[in-house]
Amino acid sequence: MNWEAVIGLEIHVQLATKSKIFSGASTAYGASPNAQACNIDLGLPGVLPVLNEKAVEMAVRFGLAIGAQINRYSIFDRKNYFYADLPKGYQISQFETPVVGEGTITITPENGKPRRVGITRAHLEEDAGKSVHDLYPGMTAVDLNRTGTPLLEIVSEPDMRTAQEASAYFRQIHTLVRYIGICDGNLAEGSMRCDANVSVRPTGQSEFGERTEIKNINSFRFVEQAIEYEVARQIDVLESGGRIERETRLYDPDKDETRSMRSKELSNDYRYFPDPDLLPLSISEELIERIRSDLPELPDARQERYTSTLGLTDSDATAISNDIDRANYFDACLAAGADPKQSANWMMGELSAYLNKHDVTLSETPIAPELLAQLIARIDDDTLSSKTAKTLFDALWTAGASGNVDALIESLNLAQLSDDGALTQIIDDLIAANPKQFDELRGGKDKMLGFFVGQVMKATQGKANPQQVNQIIRDKL
Amino acid sequence: MNEFSSLREMSAGLDRGDFSSVELTQAHLDRIQQANAALNCFITINADSALAAAAQADDQRARGSKSPTLGLPFAHKDIFCTQGVLTTAGSKMLSNFVAPYDATVVSNMAAAGMVSVGKTNMDEFAMGSSNENSFFGPVSNPWDHERVPGGSSGGSAAAVAAGLVAGATGTDTGGSIRQPAALCGITGLKPTYGRVSRYGMIAFASSLDQAGPMTRDAEDAALMFSVMAGFDPKDSTSAERRDAWLDATIANGIAALDRPLTIGLPSEYFSDNSNLSYIDIAKTELQRLGHKLVEVSLPHTQAAVPVYYVLASAEASTNLSRYDGVRFGHRCNDPQSLQDLYERSREEGFGEEVKRRILTGTYTLSVGYFDAYYLKAQKIRRLISEDFQQAFTKVDVLLAPTSPTPAFKKNQLTDDHVAMYQQDLYTVPTSLAGLPAISLPCGFCDGLPMGMQLIAPAFGEELLLQLAAQYQGQTDWHLRRPGDSA
Repeated sequence: MNWEAVIGLEIHVQLATKSKIFSGASTAYGASPNAQACNIDLGLPGVLPVLNEKAVEMAVRFGLAIGAQINRYSIFDRKNYFYADLPKGYQISQFETPVVGEGTITITPENGKPRRVGITRAHLEEDAGKSVHDLYPGMTAVDLNRTGTPLLEIVSEPDMRTAQEASAYFRQIHTLVRYIGICDGNLAEGSMRCDANVSVRPTGQSEFGERTEIKNINSFRFVEQAIEYEVARQIDVLESGGRIERETRLYDPDKDETRSMRSKELSNDYRYFPDPDLLPLSISEELIERIRSDLPELPDARQERYTSTLGLTDSDATAISNDIDRANYFDACLAAGADPKQSANWMMGELSAYLNKHDVTLSETPIAPELLAQLIARIDDDTLSSKTAKTLFDALWTAGASGNVDALIESLNLAQLSDDGALTQIIDDLIAANPKQFDELRGGKDKMLGFFVGQVMKATQGKANPQQVNQIIRDKL
Repeated sequence: MNEFSSLREMSAGLDRGDFSSVELTQAHLDRIQQANAALNCFITINADSALAAAAQADDQRARGSKSPTLGLPFAHKDIFCTQGVLTTAGSKMLSNFVAPYDATVVSNMAAAGMVSVGKTNMDEFAMGSSNENSFFGPVSNPWDHERVPGGSSGGSAAAVAAGLVAGATGTDTGGSIRQPAALCGITGLKPTYGRVSRYGMIAFASSLDQAGPMTRDAEDAALMFSVMAGFDPKDSTSAERRDAWLDATIANGIAALDRPLTIGLPSEYFSDNSNLSYIDIAKTELQRLGHKLVEVSLPHTQAAVPVYYVLASAEASTNLSRYDGVRFGHRCNDPQSLQDLYERSREEGFGEEVKRRILTGTYTLSVGYFDAYYLKAQKIRRLISEDFQQAFTKVDVLLAPTSPTPAFKKNQLTDDHVAMYQQDLYTVPTSLAGLPAISLPCGFCDGLPMGMQLIAPAFGEELLLQLAAQYQGQTDWHLRRPGDSA
């Protein structure tokens, strides 16, 4: 039998606010344990939550970026359960009325066609703390620094059919949230985590099979591996006559397998109800419009502009538009007057190679887009050849912010020799010195053109304008 | 000055230089020392910090400060977090909890120069109508030590009635200021929900809890209320307003009532009571003051007690989840696992009534019962609110008894939970509607004080205080003291 997988993801995105969602404590990563847990985060008797409006604005930003309905009125609920790293004994979340309603996002899986994935909803909630089980033998340590960190939980439709699509979706959300500045996207620090709902069904069947949920996956690669393993496992169970149990599973990347965590029978009744400490969240049309007008041009729109208007190749356009830093750098080059195709070539070629080699990110590059644009301009006006341009690029990299294109061309003597008179003089001298070779050229031996051009380059230390040299020699014939 | 002097009288004495705040505070501490053993009003007495605050107030007065509240002693219900001071909410669970921060009410009172002499006894987590649910033992009613003072603010009510302090803070979720005020013969104001910050006030039922003053007369209630009230950005449910009359009241007292009012008598509150003669006297007195009495109906009154116990218990069940033995409060000995830590810490730390309400609330929020209990109760809560809105289109204020009975004997109702819950019959509807209400002494039943309740539309505290002050200007019920012949 042929099987088809059905996959939906719930992605927890840590919002890049300075303070927590319901308290003034800092959200900065890496503080010593419990140093960033204030009275409110600790759930002391008598404390009350106050909503961080920045978190709401970021949620709205996301909603607008996926073309979703922004719910003008939403409610914070208490999700009740006991755990050592959940100080209040409940998590404040949104259950029935999320701030962001239905939207869509376009993904492009590797070796696949672009397709749309539906997003069911996105809601605000607070993160729990961290339980550390292996620090003290026989005991669990609790670090509440993460408690109250704002999360946006983005729930997809079960629209994905392969592990590759799921991974592409996760990547696309990662691109988008960084693009719109609501998350730092740092997977290693837990800024994005996802749960995958996975089921399989015979190809052609319209009903869904029973699903399992794989919890807490924190890398693109693990999403793909975990789902691949789980799909294969489910097919195995079904083909050997078994049944899939609705359950929560954990992915173990070391063994590359998923393991059962708890079955549905043992699952909590969370006793959701509206949190009476918080008023219903009301979002004004003005706020929505202000946020809309403040949104950057989104990846899809840029990709479209780069290919249809600017004529970039699909692969360059995708590579540039998918990364906000690259896209902004590219647009800054254009704004400084540079040619789009040359800008893309330099970015994807020399610049990218230097960034890799020196292990720095684009935001830390010593060559500002304006400098690259000037370099390209000097190629366009024939001051630089492609060879001397690379020499200049290297010099600019070393000079950093103090780099000045024209001063470096001058001091490194990189300008092409384009003076007709001077070049003609050199060529005349060469013809006089090499009459035999010139006769052969005249007789139709085109190879000899290369000889003369080479000699001119040698005489000018490579600075002669090659097209011009060609032209002058041809004129002599 | 004597032990029954009012806050205003003490303020005048301080102003004249008759005595210093340190002397006044020491006199209070002596009186508490002498009387508290029999009454058990206080869980904690803060002699040192009180005298230090009093000395500071004297210093400020010497440097020219004229604030009417500067240097006045009072007491806090032990539900307000007070930095560096034991804050127990009447529970074994918090019997070791020293709060690391001040509640907004605590900092407001301190900023006004008022001197807290200690923390008063209360029903555990404010759950109760008799103060018998305190881990720190029951409080005696100063009028009859065999009887309860009411609850949950029983310690505050008894302390004011017995002349240990002239004013104390209380909290009212379903009647916890008004019912003990009535049973102890004092004045108690439950403000509009949102008027006084809940930040730092240990939560029972968040959508109902509201702090207010307990004093011997309306003038002192107005003075304390004006200090307690105000918008607090730390409480999202706090009302963003500061009415001008509050500051005028601190400076000049309650403005005189300048018009006759129409006072509504909700028939549902007068249908089932044999000893209402004290209310009849109050009605006559109000009419003599020129007010018009009309009968009105609040048709959903009967549903209020069950609705209240569903909603308050639901909220309490999750508000009290944080008491898990992990970070603060009571922790069982030698826990074997996380589950064991939770179960034994909570089993040992909570009293019976608190457990009953946690269980009730957990049940009503559970899958399969949520719609039938919680949601339905919310719908009826709305209807109860609409009853009041309807009535206030016809009348300025409502008049009703505060409690169905005078103070009852200790242990009399402890096994009859429904009868105990019926104590709240006349107070919970206003709590559910979030409305302000004041209870003031208006007569006696079998030698025990009785209270009447005046209820106003939201944020109508000034009208309540004006009417109460006018009434108290013409009557002397609020001046009767335990030990007087009734």
